[in-house]
Amino acid sequence: MSRRTTGLAIEAEGLTRSFGETRALAGIDLQVPAGAVYGLLGPNGAGKTTAVRVLATLLRPDGGQARVFGHDVVAEADAVRARVSLTGQYASVDEDLTGTENLILLGRLLGLPKSAARQRAEQLLAAFGLTEAAGRQVKKYSGGMRRRIDIAASILNTPDLLFLDEPTTGLDPRSRNQVWEIVRAVVAHGTTVLLTTQYLDEADKLASRIAVVDHGRVIAEGTPGELKSSVGSGTVHLRLRNADQRPEAERVLQATLSVPVQLEADPVAITARVGGDGSELDASAQAARALGELSRAGIVVDDFSLGQPSLDEVFLALTDHPAVPATDERDDELEAAR
Amino acid sequence: MSSDTATSTGRAPTVFVPSSEALATVLAPGARPPRPSPLSASLTFSWRALLKIKHVPEQLFDVTAFPIIMVLMFTYLFGGALADSPRDYLQFFLPGIMVTSVVMITMYTGVGLNTDIEKGVFDRFRTLPVWRPAALVGMIVGDVLRYVLAALVILTVGLVLGFRPDGGVVGVLAGIGLLVVFSFAFSWVWTFFGLILRSEKSVMGVSMMVLFPLTFLSNVFVDPSTMPGWLQAFVKANPITHLVSSVRAAMAGTTDASAMMWIALWSAAFILVFGPLTMHRYNRR
Repeated sequence: MSRRTTGLAIEAEGLTRSFGETRALAGIDLQVPAGAVYGLLGPNGAGKTTAVRVLATLLRPDGGQARVFGHDVVAEADAVRARVSLTGQYASVDEDLTGTENLILLGRLLGLPKSAARQRAEQLLAAFGLTEAAGRQVKKYSGGMRRRIDIAASILNTPDLLFLDEPTTGLDPRSRNQVWEIVRAVVAHGTTVLLTTQYLDEADKLASRIAVVDHGRVIAEGTPGELKSSVGSGTVHLRLRNADQRPEAERVLQATLSVPVQLEADPVAITARVGGDGSELDASAQAARALGELSRAGIVVDDFSLGQPSLDEVFLALTDHPAVPATDERDDELEAAR
Repeated sequence: MSSDTATSTGRAPTVFVPSSEALATVLAPGARPPRPSPLSASLTFSWRALLKIKHVPEQLFDVTAFPIIMVLMFTYLFGGALADSPRDYLQFFLPGIMVTSVVMITMYTGVGLNTDIEKGVFDRFRTLPVWRPAALVGMIVGDVLRYVLAALVILTVGLVLGFRPDGGVVGVLAGIGLLVVFSFAFSWVWTFFGLILRSEKSVMGVSMMVLFPLTFLSNVFVDPSTMPGWLQAFVKANPITHLVSSVRAAMAGTTDASAMMWIALWSAAFILVFGPLTMHRYNRR
């Protein structure tokens, strides 16, 4: 029943785009398979938003080309628009209007007759838990409700490709989970999703492939597993009872894990990366072994945690520079466009 | 909300839990409807403009209070000096101040567009497969209603103060019609500036810089024959002068054919020049 599409949803080659002096895209290549979530992972200002805006026909590339379901985003923009939807980082519905009005407005613009547009609006509001807020102006919605109405507006015509630009930035954990559930449902029904995010765990949970973007280029691409194993699958954080025992703990960890160990500013804290390339054990086994060795050495550990590598760590590993948030891309664009 | 109502009704707190069945229903793709016609899309966008007036009625302050102040202020300020009495002056002045006020509020088209773009709503509109100018046409059509409202407010104040046009109902309506047609065309100047300027404030600034000389250096307030020659030359070329002449004539029950012709030419020129410029900017971003 679904309009499942096979093959590639997006093919981009050498996309470039500058805003004045800022080179937002420095030659992006992408191949996004249809029918799954594809993650664009990178810090603020990496070029994610610009890439999405080019692919959604909002912005012309300076160079390179991109096709969405085989249609060129510049020459056949209208054919692309008929199949995609965008939920931007910024208001993508009219804040002065109510939830119902926004959805009816978009339904009408997509060609639905009045009664069908109203019906569709009610159906969507119910499915997104917004029935009670239907008659309220969107500017009075909470952050999570805002995101839901944004996404509801984007799936009004069940697009073949949905762009979600940082859909969970600024949301509390519960609202984030709700968005994730919705994304999963959308993909299960055959829509391809291109999701940008700053969070590795989000890309990890949702995306079947990820492109890491930095300074307007794709610097790594693969499944979440591939990316993480290239960086090391986790980080062990330890807090000791006595600061005096830290030198010894450092020695024990180095011997057990054979990786560099980092001493934190906090005199009782120690961090080590585990599960990287070449180790025969996975991260948790390594961590368990390290913990065992520490207790054998009589070192008292008060707090122990095994976490996934942060985006910072992936970045550090991939680029040798930390993921420093740059300026806001859309601001650059507004600036340069005028 | 008190806690006992919650317990007595036994209602759980409204936490949204996405239900896969409900989502499945809305995600089942139906047949895609055919894309709306340019007219239908434009009307839908003007419906949006009306909804905004409904939700933010304060924005009507510009088209109600401001024109009333303009009429009262200038009628009593200049009336005694320029004519025998404010009431006499009003017969000459009212069509002019109506033109001034309505043309002044055309600038809010640019301001509104600039705000919309800043907020990001236009990103959504620009990804829709609809006739490209529809969003802007609809917006201006919505603004036209504000122009009509402003004109009617001024007319009412004028009638109360003693404005008695010889053209009667038909003449007055014809005058307002001319004014609205011109203002629709003139609004395209501001959509262009709304797209190229950085902020709402700069749109306001540029608009005032254009509108003040345009409305004051005209035949709105006084007969240009008292002005120095160089200024008369400007006043005679000014589209506002032609507009005021034709509205004045219509309300007096006559026709100023040459002024009408100029207004038609100016209106066409504004749309033909600034319409495509606006669309070029709109598509290019």
